[in-house]
Amino acid sequence: MKLLTHNLLSSKCLKGVKVGYPLRIVAKDVKISESEYNMEFVLKMIPKLDWKVLVNAAEQIGHGNNLPIELIEDYEDDEELLKKIHHVLMEVEVINGELICPETQRIFPISAGIPNLLLNEDEVS
Amino acid sequence: MSRPEHLAPPEIFYNDDEARKYTQNSRMINIQLEMAERCLELLMLPEEQTCLLLDLGCGSGLSGSVSEESGHVWFGMDISESMLKVAKEREVEGDLLLGDIGNGIPFQPGTFDGAYSVSTLQWLCNADKSSHKPAKRLYSLFSTLLACLGRNARAVFQFYPENVYQTDLVVSQARKAGFFGGLLVDFPDSTKAKKYFLVLMTGGAMPMPAALGTDNLQINYTSKREKMTKGRASKLVKKSREWILEKKERRRRQGKTTREDTKYTGRARSGRF
Ligand SMILES: C[S@@+](CC[C@H](N)C(=O)[O-])C[C@H]1O[C@@H](n2cnc3c(N)ncnc32)[C@H](O)[C@@H]1O
Repeated sequence: MKLLTHNLLSSKCLKGVKVGYPLRIVAKDVKISESEYNMEFVLKMIPKLDWKVLVNAAEQIGHGNNLPIELIEDYEDDEELLKKIHHVLMEVEVINGELICPETQRIFPISAGIPNLLLNEDEVS
Repeated sequence: MSRPEHLAPPEIFYNDDEARKYTQNSRMINIQLEMAERCLELLMLPEEQTCLLLDLGCGSGLSGSVSEESGHVWFGMDISESMLKVAKEREVEGDLLLGDIGNGIPFQPGTFDGAYSVSTLQWLCNADKSSHKPAKRLYSLFSTLLACLGRNARAVFQFYPENVYQTDLVVSQARKAGFFGGLLVDFPDSTKAKKYFLVLMTGGAMPMPAALGTDNLQINYTSKREKMTKGRASKLVKKSREWILEKKERRRRQGKTTREDTKYTGRARSGRF
C-alpha cells in the first residue's frame, strides 16, 4: 500500500463510524519501489491531500524524508520538494502491517502489500 | 451456460484456478481489455492529464493495465484474494485493496477523477448470504462512490445483467443515490457483440454517449471495431442467424441500405406458398 492510498482512505464503511480518518498506520515491512516522477500528477494531488496526515504517516513508518511540517506556499516552484513528495506518495510501500480505525480501533491487516478491508456481517453499516 | 454468480460467492468462485485463466487465456484477456478500453472512452476524462481512477472489481489487473497505458494512476478493489495475488504477480502499478464493493467505497470526498468496473456489477445483483439484499448493497456502492468522485467525474460499469429486472434494479439504485445517466447498449442487435454499460454522471443531466453498432454511427471507433467484428464474423457459421445479423450490421455501418432485423431474419423458409 502506497502512502497516497493511505492519505485518501477511511474506515467509514464500518457500522457506527462517522469519519474514520485518518487511519493509524503500523508498518512491519516497508519497501521502496521505483515509480516514474510525474510532476503534473503530484501538483494535481497536493490540494487533495491532507498534508499533516501525510507527514505523520511517513514519519510513523520511518520514511519522513524531511518533509516540512507545514506545506510552504509556493511549493509549485520547488522541484526538490515535489520530488520528495512524489517519493513519499508513490514509492514508499507498506508490505506488511496494520491500519487502525481511529474511532473503533478495529484493525485492518496489510499483507503482501494489500490492506484487507473485508468486514464481518455485523460490522456492515 | 450457467452464470458463475449462480454457482458460488465471488470470493469462492475466483479461486487460484479461475484467477490463472486471467493470465493464460488470451481470448478472454482480449475481451476484458476491449471492454476496459470502452469503459475508459466512456469516462470522457479531461485530455492530456494524469487522472486518479478507481477500478471496481479489478481482479488480476487487466482492466487496470488499460488505465496504465493511457497514463493514469489507479487503485483497484476486489473481493478475491486469489485474483489480487495474480495482479501482484503481474506487478501492476495500481494500488490494490481487498474489499467488498457492496459494503461501500471507503475513500475521502472528491478523491477520484473517474471510476470504472469491468464484468463485476452482476455479482452484486445476487444474494450470497442471507444478510445480503442486492438493492441495499447496490445503493451503498453507488452512494459512497458518488461521494468519493470529483466534480463532473463519471463512473462506467460494463456488466452482464441477467434480465430486465436486474438492469432496472441497478439503474434505479444509481439514480436513488444521486447519479444521472443510465444504460448504454453497444451492438444491441448482435447476440455476440452486445454489451451493457451503466454510464453514471455527476453534476447534472448530460446527454448519454452514443452506442456502438447502432444507426447513429460513430466514425471515431469504426475502424477498430470493424476489425474486431471481422475476426469474429469468420468464425460464425455461414448463413446462421448470427452470421446474417453481423453481415447486415457491417453493411449498415458502411452506410448501405439494409433491411430491418426481424424475428424472421435468418429463418429457413418453409418452401410452401
Ligand atoms: C469477471 S472478473 C473481472 C476482473 C477484471 N475487472 C477484468 O476485467 O479482468 C469479476 C471480478 O469481480 C470481483 N467481484 C465480484 N463481486 C465483488 C464484490 N462484491 N466486491 C469486489 N469485487 C467483486 C471478482 O472477485 C472478480 O475478480
